[in-house]
Amino acid sequence: MKRKAFLLIGATVAFATMAAAEVVAPGDVVFEDGGAVAQSLTGVAGDPAAGREIFANRKLGNCLACHVNADLNEQLFHGEVGPPLDGVADRWEEAQLRGILVNSKNTFEGTIMPAFYRTDGLNRVLEKFQGKTVLTAQQVEDVLAYLMTLKEE
Amino acid sequence: MIISNLQRVAAIASVATLGLGATAASAQDMPELVINDEIAITTHAPAPAYLENLDEVISGWVFRSTETQALQMDDFDNPGMIFVDKAIDAWDKVEGTAGKSCAACHTGGPEEFAGLRATLPKWNEEKQALYTMEDYINECRTERMGAEAWKWSGADMTAMNALISLQSRGMTINVATDGPVADLWEQGKEIYYTRVGQLDLSCANCHEDNYGTMIRADRLSQGQVNGFPTYRLKNAKLNSIQGRFKGCMKNVRATPYKEGSEEFHALQLYVASRGNGLTVESPSVRN
Ligand code: HEC
Ligand code: HEC
Ligand code: HEC
Repeated sequence: MKRKAFLLIGATVAFATMAAAEVVAPGDVVFEDGGAVAQSLTGVAGDPAAGREIFANRKLGNCLACHVNADLNEQLFHGEVGPPLDGVADRWEEAQLRGILVNSKNTFEGTIMPAFYRTDGLNRVLEKFQGKTVLTAQQVEDVLAYLMTLKEE
Repeated sequence: MIISNLQRVAAIASVATLGLGATAASAQDMPELVINDEIAITTHAPAPAYLENLDEVISGWVFRSTETQALQMDDFDNPGMIFVDKAIDAWDKVEGTAGKSCAACHTGGPEEFAGLRATLPKWNEEKQALYTMEDYINECRTERMGAEAWKWSGADMTAMNALISLQSRGMTINVATDGPVADLWEQGKEIYYTRVGQLDLSCANCHEDNYGTMIRADRLSQGQVNGFPTYRLKNAKLNSIQGRFKGCMKNVRATPYKEGSEEFHALQLYVASRGNGLTVESPSVRN
């Protein structure tokens, strides 16, 4: 996955090593007031096409479980627990969307929306998911890049 | 809260269910459940006073598609009844070192147990424990028949449970929450509202805050247990209450409690009491 992202931006091996060292660990993410996260989790630009797939994939983002998204109309079932995400990039800044993906509880208190890049403060996590985030740092950046394409204006 | 929930369902239903052949009924059209043109089921009832966040308790049947709903309206169409038939055979079967069948002692037949299901789980004074149907059945098997205990969610157990529960179909759920079970009830409530798993969700997040809304291809119900054992189209068998709890916990990537554990007994008590006022539907049909 990571390698694919690097290939896409045509990075050199030297750059890749440098970027990998910059991955922000889940516990080190810095939130601003209001829940935004300004700094990229990886330093590597997200891939919107990969992000679109992660968004729909039931084992990864599974965002469609709760959100309608007209851009994914080829997928039959869209949940309605959260708001439709059409035009979401018109409503939110990139940093705010990153914060919502990492841990939306800092933006929406008590929300049902899972945190996708967090490992602390969880109870009874199934063994195979222990210490793991729902999405990797780069997957968060990919989904973020995809969300930034959802514009209506 | 509930009103706005329903309005949201109505508003979004037309969009969200595009492509779905059958739209599950929203509470607004209030379909009626009458089984075999005879047994009237209460699908909506005023919520008991201890449910601070609900005005109304609603059967899971209401949230299913019209096709799935229809399967429960006639016993000839209800696939769960096939398992009930198997349990009728098992009822007469001699098993264990005492050389007895259920019928040998319960001479009135399964009909003897009319009313029991509506009160479960309940306190067993002699055993000083909270008893579910599975506990009663296995006590008779191990202590009175000298037979092996059935697996909690095994086919023999869910079928016998369905046969006995069927005798209470149409009766009003009336599970006690006080007296000797008060502490367990509190424990169950605590579990119901505790977020668990990698997805960090509680039962309440889905079944109290969001019932009526679509979660991908499924319409969320209140997670009521009045219809158990439940025949699920998904796995083509009868499912136990605690087996279902396990499934929901795994879906949020949480380590489930064990079937038969104190935690699941407490949770079952609490969830069952959230259905007080509804009626026994066993065996119900769900997707
Ligand atoms: C379990 C349900 C659930 C899942 C799964 C979920 N969300 Fe959400 N999301 C919500 C809810 C509910 C809100 C509204 C915030 C609130 O009030 O709680 C929300 C809000 C949002 C918002 C802000 C939208 C706006 O217009 O205000 C974004 C962006 C978002 N989610 C993106 C995502 C993405 C991307 C994924 C998948 C990686 C995802 N969500 C998965 C439930 C969910
Ligand atoms: C040796 C006699 C005997 C056999 C065999 C037997 N039972 Fe029982 N069963 C009892 C007695 C005694 C009780 C306790 C009755 C009471 O407390 O009213 C009981 C209680 C129960 C109860 C709880 C009833 C209530 O209202 O609390 C259920 C359910 C039950 N039996 C089911 C079964 C099933 C199913 C079988 C066969 C797998 C079975 N029993 C076999 C003697 C037997
Ligand atoms: C992520 C959301 C979610 C969470 C959290 C969740 N469930 Fe469920 N549950 C579902 C879905 C989806 C179904 C199937 C549709 C329906 O009936 O809601 C379901 C079904 C059920 C049913 C079957 C209802 C019926 O009518 O047959 C029960 C009982 C249940 N859940 C109990 C629980 C309990 C107890 C918990 C907490 C341990 C829990 N659920 C947590 C999503 C959830």
